[in-house]
Amino acid sequence: MTSVPAAEGIFTWPSDLPQLIGSRCTACGIVTFPVQESCPRCASTEMEEHLLSRRGRLWAWTTQEFPPPSPPYNGADGDAFTPYGVGYVELPGEMKVETRLTEANPDVLSVGMEMELVVVPFRTDDDGNEVVTFAFRPAG
Amino acid sequence: MDVAIIGVGLHPFGRFPGVTGIDMGAVAIRRALADADVEWRDIQFAFAGSYEIDNPDAVVALLGLTGIPFTDVYNGCATAASALTLAAATIRLGDHDLGIAVGMDKHLPGAFSADPRLYACPPWYGELGHFVTTKFFGMKINKYMHDYGISRPTLAKVAAKGYRNGALNPNAFRRKPLSEDDILASPTLNYPLTQYMFCSPDEGAAAVVLCRAEDALRYTDTPIYLRATTVRTRRLGAFEVHSPWLPIEEAPGSTVDASRAAYEMAGIGPEDVDVVQLQDTDAGAEVIHLAENGFCPDGAQEALVSDGAFEIDGRLPVNTDGGLIANGEPIGASGLRQVHEIVLQLRGEAGERQVPGNPKVGYTQLYGAPGTSGVSILSR
Repeated sequence: MTSVPAAEGIFTWPSDLPQLIGSRCTACGIVTFPVQESCPRCASTEMEEHLLSRRGRLWAWTTQEFPPPSPPYNGADGDAFTPYGVGYVELPGEMKVETRLTEANPDVLSVGMEMELVVVPFRTDDDGNEVVTFAFRPAG
Repeated sequence: MDVAIIGVGLHPFGRFPGVTGIDMGAVAIRRALADADVEWRDIQFAFAGSYEIDNPDAVVALLGLTGIPFTDVYNGCATAASALTLAAATIRLGDHDLGIAVGMDKHLPGAFSADPRLYACPPWYGELGHFVTTKFFGMKINKYMHDYGISRPTLAKVAAKGYRNGALNPNAFRRKPLSEDDILASPTLNYPLTQYMFCSPDEGAAAVVLCRAEDALRYTDTPIYLRATTVRTRRLGAFEVHSPWLPIEEAPGSTVDASRAAYEMAGIGPEDVDVVQLQDTDAGAEVIHLAENGFCPDGAQEALVSDGAFEIDGRLPVNTDGGLIANGEPIGASGLRQVHEIVLQLRGEAGERQVPGNPKVGYTQLYGAPGTSGVSILSR
């Protein structure tokens, strides 16, 4: 079985230490995710690729306990659906990135906890490939 | 040129199989016209808000093809506030003397969905399950509770107030009181929010008739003056729905900006307000919006809710008609439903849910995707 990323250009893959692919404005320095062609702060169109930190702290979180409306959602639905965590992880000096969390237990998740990037299975596509996506998990 | 509201009308909110959104819009307009004691042919211009209905101005087929300028607006959950703002501006600018703002919608059950690309988000954002408004509300209140010490039972108390007030409102969608225990025991959708802490998309319509303030007494003995109406969108750094990322820098949300602008425009402060309508997409949103609109400091909600401050007979009644939690959210109509309730309260015509003490000043606030807020301030 081959693993394919859920979308091209959002994280480095395959990789032992995958990173999210963002962009940085060469004029004002703001970092965005995903890559965008123009700056949301100063409207410059001079953006360069910027690989984001793999570790940060949980800034906000919730759980997703029902299958999101489909479309656009194309992951497991119905009985196959498993609740997952969602949150923003603050990457120092860069941004707060919205992400799936490997942990969905409210008793385990807490604001400020150390998190790290992982790539996890998301679904199996029509060709039998394992589609993978980025997520953050509690670190150490 | 000041603006007055001389008539309000509502088609009940809920589910109405076989009744179209346009039908509901026509009912709301007819009721508003009757309330103002004017005829459709007297109306010089109109703005209509809807999400589901491409051309809500087609309502003229049911009312009369009078050829007036009739403009449709859609602006997310702030659609009705936008229709009202544009209608008021048309009078303030002196273009016309008498007009109408109407909102109507008819949604399917279940959480709202859309193509993420229409919100400047990439397709994968939706495919991976991030394009869900409810989880934003879960994250925002969960963080707020962490930062300011709000408890989950407070959310249940706020939701229970919504259902209790809805039970007093013949036009509400949900008219059955629910206990705090039942609300807490319903399935968690997005922690800490349970099913009964959320409103539902539904159906309904609302309309208001507006005129130049100096003409108002020709139509009614009880004009309600529209002292301010504002719309604002998010600034960089605000924590808003459908954001794949946020910058490190932080800014207040669009509601704070719309609220401050409205207070300035009206020359009225939060301490002068007697009755309030807030966007309670979920119970947490009402808690946050109390502070974002200046009605209490962050964190004070825990004690104020416990003391009953926001009940109909409390210090500052909030969502006296049951809010979105009891009325649901037909997007195009929701903000005009808020105005309808404030007008009834200020006229002393709110029946069983009338706020005591002759309230003089009312306030409404809408918030929705992708970070748009609308505020209005009304007074006798």
